Amino acid sequence: MFRRLPDIAGDRVSFTIDGRPAEARSGDSVAAALLANGVAACRNTPVSGAARGPYCMMGVCFDCLVTIDGTGNRQGCQVRVAPGMAVETQDGKREAGR
Amino acid sequence: MSDRAMSAPDFDLAVIGSGPAGLAAAALAAGRGLSTVLLDEQPEAGGQIYRAITDTPVRDRRVLGPDYWHGAELLGPLRDSGAAHWPGSTVWSVARPREDRPGDRRLQIGLSRDGAARMLSVRHVLMATGALERPFPIPGWTLPGVLGAGAAQILLKTSGLVPSGRVVLAGTGPLLWLLAWQYLRAGAALDAILDTTPRANWRAALPLLPAFLRSPYLGKGAKLLLEVRRKVKVVDGVTELRAEGEGKLAAVVYRRGDGAEQRIAADTLLLHHGVVPNLNLANATGCAQQWDETQRCWRPTTDSWGATSVEGVSLAGDGAGIGGALAAEQAGRIAALDVLHRLGRIDRAARDRAAVPHREALERALRGRQFLDTLYRPADVFRAPADDTIVCRCEEITAGAVREAVRLGCSGPNQAKSFLRCGMGPCQGRLCGPTVTEVIAAERGVSPAEVGYYRLRPPVKPITLAELAALPKTEADIDAVLKH
Amino acid sequence: MAKRMGRSGGARPKDRTTLAGAGKKMRDCPKASGVQDEDPVGRLKRNERDSPRDEQAVEFLGAKTGVGTMTEPKRGGEFDIAVVGGGLVGTAVAWGLARTGAKVAVLDEGDVAVRPSRGNFALVWLQGKGMGMPEYAGWTRASTDSWAGFAEMLLEQTGVDVAFRRPGGFMPVLSQAELETRANAMMRLHNQPEMVRYPYEVLDRAALLKEMPFIGPEVVGGTYCPLDGHCNSLRLLRALHTGLERSGVAYRPNHRVERVEPRDGGFRLTTAAGEIRAGKVVLAAGHDSARLAPMVGLEAPVRPQRGHVIVTEKTAPFLHHPTGYVRQTDEGGVMIGDSFEEAGFDTTLQPGVSSAIAERAIRFFPLLAKLNVVRSWAALRVLSPDGYPIYEQSATAPGAFVVTCHSGVTLAANHALTLAPMIAAGGLSDAFKVFSARRFHVPQAA
Repeated sequence: MFRRLPDIAGDRVSFTIDGRPAEARSGDSVAAALLANGVAACRNTPVSGAARGPYCMMGVCFDCLVTIDGTGNRQGCQVRVAPGMAVETQDGKREAGR
Repeated sequence: MSDRAMSAPDFDLAVIGSGPAGLAAAALAAGRGLSTVLLDEQPEAGGQIYRAITDTPVRDRRVLGPDYWHGAELLGPLRDSGAAHWPGSTVWSVARPREDRPGDRRLQIGLSRDGAARMLSVRHVLMATGALERPFPIPGWTLPGVLGAGAAQILLKTSGLVPSGRVVLAGTGPLLWLLAWQYLRAGAALDAILDTTPRANWRAALPLLPAFLRSPYLGKGAKLLLEVRRKVKVVDGVTELRAEGEGKLAAVVYRRGDGAEQRIAADTLLLHHGVVPNLNLANATGCAQQWDETQRCWRPTTDSWGATSVEGVSLAGDGAGIGGALAAEQAGRIAALDVLHRLGRIDRAARDRAAVPHREALERALRGRQFLDTLYRPADVFRAPADDTIVCRCEEITAGAVREAVRLGCSGPNQAKSFLRCGMGPCQGRLCGPTVTEVIAAERGVSPAEVGYYRLRPPVKPITLAELAALPKTEADIDAVLKH
Repeated sequence: MAKRMGRSGGARPKDRTTLAGAGKKMRDCPKASGVQDEDPVGRLKRNERDSPRDEQAVEFLGAKTGVGTMTEPKRGGEFDIAVVGGGLVGTAVAWGLARTGAKVAVLDEGDVAVRPSRGNFALVWLQGKGMGMPEYAGWTRASTDSWAGFAEMLLEQTGVDVAFRRPGGFMPVLSQAELETRANAMMRLHNQPEMVRYPYEVLDRAALLKEMPFIGPEVVGGTYCPLDGHCNSLRLLRALHTGLERSGVAYRPNHRVERVEPRDGGFRLTTAAGEIRAGKVVLAAGHDSARLAPMVGLEAPVRPQRGHVIVTEKTAPFLHHPTGYVRQTDEGGVMIGDSFEEAGFDTTLQPGVSSAIAERAIRFFPLLAKLNVVRSWAALRVLSPDGYPIYEQSATAPGAFVVTCHSGVTLAANHALTLAPMIAAGGLSDAFKVFSARRFHVPQAA
């Protein structure tokens, strides 16, 4: 998938993906952090249920939608990962009130 | 809001987008005395081309190359200019001056920052919204593991991430080769580059070569191409392409002309077919746009100063037509000078005089552009793909469904949108608009200019209902909803 | 009419329908014969068709297919009938005309036009309609009763499911005073002479909570009508267009009609893309009918009234009944309306109006607050001076009809299955006189 270059600046950040501990670098977006952790598919679509993952990394395609700290359908590429952040992959439609 | 309506605007000028055009424009305008705010969705300045220019973790400067690091030179002038810089601000609306308030010519910008929406009132808006990758719809392009080459470059700039495993690049255009070169510098291995540049493009581009020979891109570009071709397997003349896999990418399948189908096992496929103007905000603001036949894309109509058809709205940089980073920088300054003139800070002669060096630099930067546009124009089959290909990723609508809608009488993308929902998802047509226009045009046998483009409306980026609900409203606004 | 005005409630909507006594009434309802022996407006009024039973509606309207003997094409006419307008009204009428065997053309504008049919709220709604014109309540009631059968016909013909559902609709309110106002309005409505009554209930907060446990703390109650429903109106438009194509109707986009003239016993229509001849002409051009109608001795004094609508991202199903302001579509998006603004043809979105709509929706349903708004728009209702439809045949140019209303979704079934056969057969029955534009010439009676 994606690997980190050696000799890279930035601090380690611990967060969780679907409850499992994971590690990222400060400055990573959530989408980048997922890819760095081998998670290419972050959701199933609400239309057909097909798997999707980050595609554009610049906030235009909305394929990297994930649940972040309990809030659904957030653009993973537009949110910086933070220590202790809980990232969850999504299945289908978001639930109202979440 | 009614009391605000009479008060002074929050800023003279809002510049939206902090890529080269926005950085240069904001620095110039604020430096000459306009109260200026620079708004950008990203956490740091730089836009996509200079993404993470202030804080990239990539320490080895040779990896991203000198063209990237040029972006850092734009930051000092911005800092010194006194412009307010609001990163992390998502602009979702620009409202024109209201027809029912002739005395009030201010524009209202809707933006979200730190999860809260607010309206900003300004006298002028300069959109520097840049470009996005042209959609490259092939069967399987929605599979996890398939990304835009631009996306992969952002991962490199912002996080120092490079693809591991088996990696294929496919498509056409300078960015594809630049990315490959950067990967080689970074020590990342590539399995293949599938070049989809149609052979016929060379014939069309050849007459434009003389201008390109004087282009600043030539030397760098040629060196880069040669180095990549020496080190990576490049397959030229690819005419068919698809991605395969169950739930994620497993293989890339391609064909060259009449040749046999080839299959490469792959973990990552990076697609690129050039870039097109990111025009959603301008479109939703009501700016007229036109079809650019050379670049095969829609762009907002602007005059030589970047002024659009909407009073108080200018555009500069790739958002007004693809010209590259250096051209964007100059266009930003030229547009800023015009704003100074329009807001009464300088007279026409001073504006024209001050613009001379920037126009010369702009001309140099654009030299040879037509050659690149012509050479790297994606083939018809990739712009209007086969029936089974998904064109609208959000609503999962295929090219075949769009063609079926045309047979029912849909003459343009807006009717197709109502029939099929294509373009109605959260991306708001960014990833399907160009393709839907091309498919309809091809099916009807007319020019895309005749077919048109989606008519977009705010919010151009999603905002929560709570944010929307918290905005200021007049008594009349409330009455329009509650009293009937 | 068994309507429960008490603040009781508590029964589930299914029970309420029964409580309203619809089942009993139905037995008194004469079975529709196979002949179009009387006008639907009058008949519905007399019969008090309380039954939401769809099969009956289908049967009743199925009778209309018998009107299929089309008048001979007029001299020089390429088409028997030209319908001007490709929105929900025009296509529904054209679809119904095609079923009679007529050779029909639909003349439409291009990709960008004033198109309320793309911007509507997709309710198939009866509740609260008919004040000042009880016949309109009857007409609406008939259409909502026919809707399920109509949707079934479209599905069979085109394979397009327009997602019609009739689970009953709510109008929640935020204050006791508003609840009383609404209850009184419903009572006044039903006390009108000649009113075609329909079941409804006034519910208190406890009753509403049973149906929608997620209502906000300010919601004090609301009204409920078991006959209200909704559909997917974009798919309806697509189904109608597909149906037109299947039945050989000539759909002509980019044919904005410049002029209509009576010629040789038929009509000549001058369009942006050439001339069209037709024996009859139906003006269903929405706002543009105001311009076209006088050319053939008709009038359509309609004006645009702007309404903002917001729609959210796709959400897991939670709102199982449509409400007058918020409904969840079959695809998952939550549609939120609406506003009433006199702003001419300006469809520029007003952030303040969208904000007011959003705020009210959250007061009704706080769980909407975190949802993302993905689209919003402002559409222009086609409103006559009293808000009711205009259906009329020209006295000076017979064969020219005007059909205009602002409830193109709710009335689609009637337009296709009742109105169109009458137009094909030659004229509107006397019951339609109430919908003539002549009503605007006399002062409103008290």
